[in-house]
Amino acid sequence: MDYFDRFAVPHSSPMIVGSQIAIAVTVLAILVGVTYFKKWGYLWREWFTTVDHKRIGIMYILAALLMLFRGGADAILMRAQTAIPDNGLLDGQHYNEIFTTHGVVMILFMAMPFIIGLMNIVTPLQIGARDVAFPRLNAVSFWLFFWGAMLFNISFVVGGSPDAGWTAYFPLASVEFSESVGMNYYAIAIQIAGIGTLMTGINFIVTILKMRAPGMTLMKMPMFTWSILITNLIIVFAFPVLTVALALMTMDRLFGTNFFTMANGGSDMLWANLFWIWGHPEVYIVILPAFGIYSEIISTFARRNLYGYKSMVVSMVAISVLSFVVWAHHFFTMGHGAMVNGIFSITTMAIAVPTGIKIFNWLFTLWKGKIEFTVPMLYSLAFIPIFTIGGVTGVMLAMASADYQYHNTMFLVAHFHYVLIPGTVFAVLAGFTYWWPKIFNFQLSERIGKWAFWFIVVGFNVTFFPMFITGLDGQARRMYTYSEATGYGPLNLLSFVGALGLLIGFAFLVYNIYWSTRYAPRNVTSDPWNARSLEWATHSPVPEYNFAIVPEVDSSQAFWDSKNNGPALFKGKYKEIHMPNNSGVPFVLGIIFFVWGFAMVFSMWIFAIISTLGIFACMAHRSFEKDHGHHISVEEIEETEKKLRGANA
Amino acid sequence: MNMKQLFPRGHVMGFIFSMVLTAVALGVVVYDLSFKTGMIVLLVTAFMQAGVQLVMFMHAGESEDKKAIYTNVYYALFIALVTIFGTLLTMIWGYQ
Repeated sequence: MDYFDRFAVPHSSPMIVGSQIAIAVTVLAILVGVTYFKKWGYLWREWFTTVDHKRIGIMYILAALLMLFRGGADAILMRAQTAIPDNGLLDGQHYNEIFTTHGVVMILFMAMPFIIGLMNIVTPLQIGARDVAFPRLNAVSFWLFFWGAMLFNISFVVGGSPDAGWTAYFPLASVEFSESVGMNYYAIAIQIAGIGTLMTGINFIVTILKMRAPGMTLMKMPMFTWSILITNLIIVFAFPVLTVALALMTMDRLFGTNFFTMANGGSDMLWANLFWIWGHPEVYIVILPAFGIYSEIISTFARRNLYGYKSMVVSMVAISVLSFVVWAHHFFTMGHGAMVNGIFSITTMAIAVPTGIKIFNWLFTLWKGKIEFTVPMLYSLAFIPIFTIGGVTGVMLAMASADYQYHNTMFLVAHFHYVLIPGTVFAVLAGFTYWWPKIFNFQLSERIGKWAFWFIVVGFNVTFFPMFITGLDGQARRMYTYSEATGYGPLNLLSFVGALGLLIGFAFLVYNIYWSTRYAPRNVTSDPWNARSLEWATHSPVPEYNFAIVPEVDSSQAFWDSKNNGPALFKGKYKEIHMPNNSGVPFVLGIIFFVWGFAMVFSMWIFAIISTLGIFACMAHRSFEKDHGHHISVEEIEETEKKLRGANA
Repeated sequence: MNMKQLFPRGHVMGFIFSMVLTAVALGVVVYDLSFKTGMIVLLVTAFMQAGVQLVMFMHAGESEDKKAIYTNVYYALFIALVTIFGTLLTMIWGYQ
C-alpha cells in the first residue's frame, strides 16, 4: 500500500473526505447515466470529436460555468470563514489552499475559457468565415484546456491542493517550503492549459487576418472582432513567458535545479518578475474582449453607431502595448529603487488614458440613444460606473509611494475585484445572454435574468465595497482569521451577506437556463435584438457551414445597413462548400496530456515516459494523416436553407 | 528574360550576409574576446542574422500580408526588448 500513500491528502478534514466521496459518486453517476441512456456514441460523434467552432465554443462555456461554481464555492467558504472574528470553520492551511485555487480557477479556468468560448462562437460569424483557420488545432486547444483544468481540480482530493497563492511566489512555492505535490499540480496543470491557450492565440490571429469576408478591411471589422484580434496578439506574446517560467518552476521542484531558489545563484525574485511579465498582460487578455462585448451591446441597444470607432481601435492597441510595460507595479514593495518604481508608476497611470477614452466613447454612444434596458444592456450599463471605481482605485495603487500603505491589504483585493468582476464577469454574462439566441434559437427569460442581474450587482457591491474600508484600516489579505479587537468583524460580516447575494444571483442564472430551455417561446427570429453585425445575418441555430453564401461587406455594421436599404449582403448562387472532418485525436491527446501531467505531479517516471511517447505518437499521426475534409453539395445546402428558413422566416 | 531577372540576387546576397555574420560571430572564439565584447558581438550578429533569415529566405516582404507581418515583427521585437531590459532594470540595475 506504500505506493498509494502518495495520493493521500496530507492535510485532510471531514470536508475533503466529503468532497472525495461526492466526486467519486458524481463521476460514477455520470458514467453510469451516459451508458444507461446509450449516449456515448452521440457524445463521441457530436461533441468529443467535433472541430466545429460553435460546438467547441459551447463546450468552453459549459466548462467555464462549471469552474465558476467551483471558484464560487471557494469564495463563499472564504467569506464564511472571515465573517466573524476567530472563526474555526477552516484552519490556516485550508484557507491557504482555498484562496490559491480560487484565484487560479477564476482567472485561468473560468474567465479565460468563458471568453475563448464566446470568441469561438462569435468571431468566425462576425467576419463571415466558415470556421477558424485551423479547426483541428482549435479542438486540441479546447481539450488541452479541459484536461489541464481537470488535472488542477483533482488536486484537492488527490495529493493535496496548491497553497502558495495564485501568484506562487518563491521561495514559498519551492519544495523546501511547500512539500506536498500541490505546487506540482500548479506548475503542470497550468502548463497544459496554457499551451492550449497559446494555440488559440495563433489560431485566431490567423483567422482574423486571413479569413475575413470580401470587403471587410481591418477598419471595417466589428469592434468585438477587433478586441479579439488584440487579445490574441497579447496571448501570443505573453503566454510564452508563463510557459518558460512554469517549466523552470517544474525543474526546480522536480529535478532540483536552482532557478528560483535562494542558494547557488538562483533568484526567488525572478519568479515574481516572470510571473507578472505574463500576469499583467493576462489581466488585459480577460478585459479587452469584455470591452468588445460591451461595444457591441451598447451600440445595439442604444440604437446608435458606436461612437469613435477609430479611437476605440487606437486605444485598444495602446492598451496592448502598455500592458507589457507595467508589470513591476505588482511588486513595488519588494526592494527596487525609486527610479524603477517611478518608471512603472508612470506607465501604469498612463493606462488610465486609453481606458478613459473608451469609457467616454461608450457614454457618447449612449448619449441621445433610444436605450432599451434588456439584460445584456443592464450589465453593460452597470459596468461603466463600477469599473470606473475599480480604475480609479487602480490609479491610487499605481502611485508607488502610496502603494506601501495599500499593498497586501483588502484594499487591493477590493480593487481587482472591482476591475475583474464588472470587466470580465459582467461582460461574459452579458455576452452569454446576448448571443444565447444565436446559438440555441430561443431567448433566456428577461424577467428571471433581471432578478439575477440585480442580485449579482447589489451582492457584488455589498461584498467588495466594505473591503476598501477594512483594507485602509489595515486588514491584510489572505489572513485566515482575526481577533475581535481589530474591529474588522462587522464589515466582514457584511461582505459575507453580499457573497450570499451573489450566490442567489448565480442560482437565478442557472434557474434561468433551466426555465428558458423548458418554457421559453421558440418562434424567435434569427435577429431578435435588431442587432448590427454579421453573426445575426445567418440563421439561428447557425448551420454547420455558417453562411450558405459568403457575405460581401462594406462597413463595420454591414448587417444593419443591409436591413436599412443598404446593399445586399448575399450575392450570387450556392456553391459546394468545403468543410473540415471531425477527429478523435485531439480528445485522445488531451487525455494523454492529463495522464502525463498526473505522472509528472507524482514523479512517476515510467508513466511519464510512456505518455510522452503517446503525445509524440499523436503528433506523428497528424503529420502523416491524409485528410482532405468533406464537401457539402448544393442540394444539401438548399435543403438545409429551406428547412431553416421555415423555422425562422 | 535576361540574366538579371533569372539570377536570384536576393538569395545570393542573403547567403553572403549570413556567411559573413557567422564568420564575425566565430571571431569571438577565434580572437578570444572578453566576455562583455563577445556577448555584444554575438547579440548584435544574432539579431541581424534573424533579420536576414526572415527577409531573404522566409520571404517576409513578398506577399500581400507584408504590412501585417512587419507590424507583428516590430511588435514582437519591442516586447522582447522590453522584457529583457525591463527584467535587467528591475532585477539588477534598479535593485537596492
